[in-house]
Amino acid sequence: MNFIPHTQQEIKEMLSVIGVQEIKDLFLDIKDELKPKSFNLPDGLTEYEVEKKILKMASKNKSNLLYFTGAGYYDHFIPAAVDAISSRSEFYTAYTPYQPEASQGTLQAIFEYQTMIANLTGLDYANASLYDGATALYEAIAVAVRTNNRKKILIDKGVNPIFRKVVNTYILNLSLQIIEIELNDIFTDKEKIKSLIDDETSAVVVQNPNFFGYIDDYEDLFTFAQSKGVCPILVFYPISLGILKTPREMKAEIAVAEGQCLGMPLSFGGPYLGVLAVDKKYLRKIPGRIVGETVDKNGKKAYVLTLQAREQHIKREKATSNICSNQALCALRAVVFLSLIGRQGIKELCLLNMEKANYLKEQLNKIKSIEIKSGPFFNEFTVKLKMPAIEFVKKSLNYGFFSGFPAEIFYKDKKNYLVISVTEKRTKEEIDELVKLFEKAG
Amino acid sequence: METIFEKSVKGRKGVFFEKVSGDIKLDEKYIRKLDLKLPEVSELDVIRHFINLSKLNFSVDGEFYPLGSCTMKYNPKINEKLSSLKEFADLHPYLAFIDESKVQGAFEVIYEISSLLCEITGMEKITTQPYAGAHGELTGILLTAAYHKAKGNNKKYIIVPDSAHGTNPASAAMGGYSIISIPVDENGNMDINILKQKINDEVAGIMMTVPSTLGLFETNIKEIIDIAHKYDAVMYYDGANLNAILGKLRPGDIGFDIVHINLHKTFSTPHGGGGPGSGIVGVSKKLVDFLPVPLVEKENGIYKLNYDIKNSIGCVSSFFGNFLVVLKALIYILMLGKKGLIDVSEIAVLNANYLLSKLKDYYYVPYKRKCMHEFVVTAKNQLKNGVHAIDIAKYLIDNGVHPPTVYFPLVVEEAIMIEPTETESKQTLDEFTKIMINIAKLCEEDPEKIKNSPVKKVISRPDETKAARELKLKCDM
Amino acid sequence: MNIKQDYFYTKEHEWANLNGNIARVGITDYAQHKLGDITYVELPAIGKKVKQGEVLNGVESVKAASDVYSPLSGEVVKVNTALENDPGLINRSPYEDGWIAEIKISDENEIKNLMTANDYMKFLGE
Repeated sequence: MNFIPHTQQEIKEMLSVIGVQEIKDLFLDIKDELKPKSFNLPDGLTEYEVEKKILKMASKNKSNLLYFTGAGYYDHFIPAAVDAISSRSEFYTAYTPYQPEASQGTLQAIFEYQTMIANLTGLDYANASLYDGATALYEAIAVAVRTNNRKKILIDKGVNPIFRKVVNTYILNLSLQIIEIELNDIFTDKEKIKSLIDDETSAVVVQNPNFFGYIDDYEDLFTFAQSKGVCPILVFYPISLGILKTPREMKAEIAVAEGQCLGMPLSFGGPYLGVLAVDKKYLRKIPGRIVGETVDKNGKKAYVLTLQAREQHIKREKATSNICSNQALCALRAVVFLSLIGRQGIKELCLLNMEKANYLKEQLNKIKSIEIKSGPFFNEFTVKLKMPAIEFVKKSLNYGFFSGFPAEIFYKDKKNYLVISVTEKRTKEEIDELVKLFEKAG
Repeated sequence: METIFEKSVKGRKGVFFEKVSGDIKLDEKYIRKLDLKLPEVSELDVIRHFINLSKLNFSVDGEFYPLGSCTMKYNPKINEKLSSLKEFADLHPYLAFIDESKVQGAFEVIYEISSLLCEITGMEKITTQPYAGAHGELTGILLTAAYHKAKGNNKKYIIVPDSAHGTNPASAAMGGYSIISIPVDENGNMDINILKQKINDEVAGIMMTVPSTLGLFETNIKEIIDIAHKYDAVMYYDGANLNAILGKLRPGDIGFDIVHINLHKTFSTPHGGGGPGSGIVGVSKKLVDFLPVPLVEKENGIYKLNYDIKNSIGCVSSFFGNFLVVLKALIYILMLGKKGLIDVSEIAVLNANYLLSKLKDYYYVPYKRKCMHEFVVTAKNQLKNGVHAIDIAKYLIDNGVHPPTVYFPLVVEEAIMIEPTETESKQTLDEFTKIMINIAKLCEEDPEKIKNSPVKKVISRPDETKAARELKLKCDM
Repeated sequence: MNIKQDYFYTKEHEWANLNGNIARVGITDYAQHKLGDITYVELPAIGKKVKQGEVLNGVESVKAASDVYSPLSGEVVKVNTALENDPGLINRSPYEDGWIAEIKISDENEIKNLMTANDYMKFLGE
């Protein structure tokens, strides 16, 4: 099937207005030698035939698991109202808001999103979104390099390994140097990082909580970095800022995050949301769209895309980034999510996460064969098993549990380490069932 | 409209959670002291607020949106229905690294669309990782750099026509290259004589959009590709205008080495107000060994991940790209099938030429050729009455039509670029023509009417200078 | 388009007004008109050394961004900080209050590479 409304009669009329006989007369510029060598595609299907086919594919996915796996991508509650708003076609079939009079809805929603991200992080400004946390980290590093013209970047290994992999890919043809700092077991070694900061260092990047779930205070490290003219970049977990010390309070100058937890379903990897917030001194160097408030010719409050002179359609090869389409609809989901959760709700959400994660930790503590890594955490912590963690996780899939993230996947020397997350969605019964699985394996 | 913050009432809640004991044992030094200013509103407050905001938007579902270079075609609703199935939406990407047997459906989606798009574009292999067109361009640039590094080539430049979309030079620069820009000739083609002068052994690649951003077929394209390959320069196809040539030309067949496809343009996935899109990249045999990992392959009917890409550049996204967007595009391709896809280009090009024929007596046409799926006219004839392209755009808003693209491409002054797409009916096109002809008349008889528009919308002619000089980028608290 | 008789001009629409070995520089009325309302001026650093024709600094408007090229070689000794809060000065007074920087010139001979007011008028007419 197709979505073309034309009848044969209409096509004939249109051809005659144009002054040609047939449609192929409109393609004469494409000479025979350029024609396709093949175009072997299947015949089209009706809507209900496609639905059947896709449903069959869907049935081959196991999504109805109890998720105790986070490691950057979490199974958080998404209120139904988020879908209700983002499925409004006035939002999702709209274009980029270049014509402000035709897009005040999108523009105001993004403006409110920018405000909430700035408030969440304590930093001055946020942009309208980037693709995901990993690419946002690269863009943050690019801002630092653009500002201080130095070439060395220090990234702690407690930063999500996927982020680090993407950053290393992005720089393959640039003369930047990435130095990754080894962890102390699974904890960030602040002294080691400090010792590596010199006056060729452009930026230092740490994550809080780190990939293994552990919280630390980086204020001293960042203050030291600032004294050396180094840009402190913090990778954060958006929901956790309902309770945790903010990037601003830690003296971070740029903060980035994977915003998936703010109302995006797990989606097998995307669409997600790249969050970027900065201290005001970097404003003119940041990538991506920014919405600003102004007045119209009658003095009425109006929203517009602003500071466009940074962007590709104006500065071309001198732009702060090549980004054009971003994740606007995901930013909309995030602003709806944060509006619903609200000021009180986010604190409650954090406490609930911490309480449930703590409950699991205490139950696991009773199992002799499990070593629980000790340290302050938010909703995620690491245990060391007596067997390779990936085997345990594979087995527990068959019981309906995705029981954690085996660190070995990214950290080859940590075969028995399992990173377990507990969100508000996990009930006491589910947690108790998981504990039984651990007991059985032990 | 008030902001959501202005609707806050202390103590109001939008979501209710289970009771917490509130007894967390976390050291003070880890805890936030800064006040967290988020709204305090009810669920109804939130719904009303955003529903009322949505009413202020134009959208394809509501209005004709002839934005040149954006391909604002209809977004089928079945795409939305099926991509929200929990077996896709609630699937954790890490499952793919633990037990591939649990995600065979998702792998099938990626594998199927990859095969279909290879056949549609004539490319050898596909990665679904890039999140948008520009991201695909950057991926292509990184692939190009990796290819040249592996061969020990010393390459510094990327060539683009000066009609190129800004993302082309921006992506090349992000990837570490400098730009050589080639002007467009009087027929709207990249000037092949100047290309021959400027190309040399230090050129890493040439980025082309076919048809060009002027909506015109690049008649010298075969020769351009041959020249590039003589200097071992990689040919990059910017797929923004793929809607014009489905089934009529395959970039891989004529020698392009890298292709990016904007799923949110040609393959009907929604624009979302600025994303999420998808910029899937396809490569020729020459570049297969450099693709980002992992790829999805099929062996004995089972789908698996392949990390064994000899010289892979690494990863450009966290997992498999914007997977749910990719799924929507697959649904669309399966529905249209071979004939449906060929019809897309034929009717897209028919619609554009029809509009061009009807408007050319009223608006100046810079290139006197048959257009493809979009065309450029200018406000040249209207300037004498003091009316600019932007004024025409604003007047269209008052008439319930989203304006075409204005002031792009940069090579044409007062450009108005119109792309109707194939999903718009003859009636819609005739309506649009009537409005445009009326505008041309009004420019002669009553230009002030055009210059003062829009008057029917909630705002009119916002002061963008003030917005950039007196930065206000978040709500007052 | 306005032109100042005793200034010197470049093909890129910058002007230089000499006072001994100090050249005050800015962009012409034509340039500010083309750019539209200027929203930001990235002032060059004091002490920055430039060559004739090299990028001195950048200016941005709502819809455009442009490099300003130095009309003469030398060292930046003063910048017009008023432009930080009022970039529109360039639009309102491109040849006076909207000056961008003062350069201590290193080679007087370079002046002959610049256009006089009459040459620039002719150049604009083309």
